[in-house]
Amino acid sequence: MCSNCTVTFCSRHWKKQVDMDICRRKSVIEISELDPFLAELLRQIPASANPDGAPAAEQRIFSPPIKGKATEFCAEWKMYVEPELRRLFQSATETVATDLEQLNGNEKSLGNRTLRIPAKHSDAWLSALNQARIVIAAKNKFTENELNDHCHSPIGSRRDLSLFQVNFYGFLQEFILRELRS
Amino acid sequence: MSAENSSVTDMTKAHIGGHRPPLQFELKASYVSLFGMSCGPRRDGACLAQIKEVEEITLVSNEKAGTITTAEPTIEKETQSEEELDLPWQVVVHNDPVNLMSYVTMVFQRVFGYPRERAERHMLEVHHNGRSILWSGMRERAELYVQQLHGYLLLATLEKAG
Repeated sequence: MCSNCTVTFCSRHWKKQVDMDICRRKSVIEISELDPFLAELLRQIPASANPDGAPAAEQRIFSPPIKGKATEFCAEWKMYVEPELRRLFQSATETVATDLEQLNGNEKSLGNRTLRIPAKHSDAWLSALNQARIVIAAKNKFTENELNDHCHSPIGSRRDLSLFQVNFYGFLQEFILRELRS
Repeated sequence: MSAENSSVTDMTKAHIGGHRPPLQFELKASYVSLFGMSCGPRRDGACLAQIKEVEEITLVSNEKAGTITTAEPTIEKETQSEEELDLPWQVVVHNDPVNLMSYVTMVFQRVFGYPRERAERHMLEVHHNGRSILWSGMRERAELYVQQLHGYLLLATLEKAG
């Protein structure tokens, strides 16, 4: 099953279309014809997934297990469960970072590269993409309307770029989920 | 007893919080076997489940006849009311505009083993009503589910029914 993703983004001064193909080939998800811009967004997944230094993101990633007053329970959750969750999330981003090493190199060599993701890493990718989307959304305080506006254009600010990043990562998640279902 | 130690380890994984003594296993020999298992109670009344089963087996040896008679086991069961069992803890998932609908559906299928239709129904309930009760039952299991859901980055909480 193959999907083609054409992305149009523009600023006040220029407009550009970027493409990539995403396919499932046996036990590998292959992203080919990868534009340098999208390749760079992919390379930013592990860093974007890190909630450090952003209390809102940290609070969202490690949300309380109970509503209302249950301070003792929450304290124990923080002590015993959070470290386990941290390890889980870190393990996923490390797997993704290792896969993304295929994209390492100078900027010229990034042109139309191919990224091969082993299908067995699908869960790690889903987790890392989700972490990144949640952290970016929390840092930028995106509203539900903004997040649902998939045709938002143009990219004129850092905030617009972050919104695009959330949507792009969401597209990848959708593709991986579709592959898992099939 | 060694059985007690291994059970404590298992329960620690599944349970966070509370002031509950660990699982207790008792085995009294001989001829009379008493097996008791309890988990609970919590101070806050979270979990109280007790099952007592008394099984009595009497072996009577008849040397003259050279036969062994096994008396029918007498099984006594004590059960407690549902209120005492403290079952109604709920796993609630809250709406979150970032998580994809297809992703949430997949998580419900994986964590609870629900068929796709049921998982989708819950997902849509979360989407439209802001929350959905995914599961209710014993607190320990509910905590485990919440932990798993947090592992998938869903907004999930534990709530006492009512």
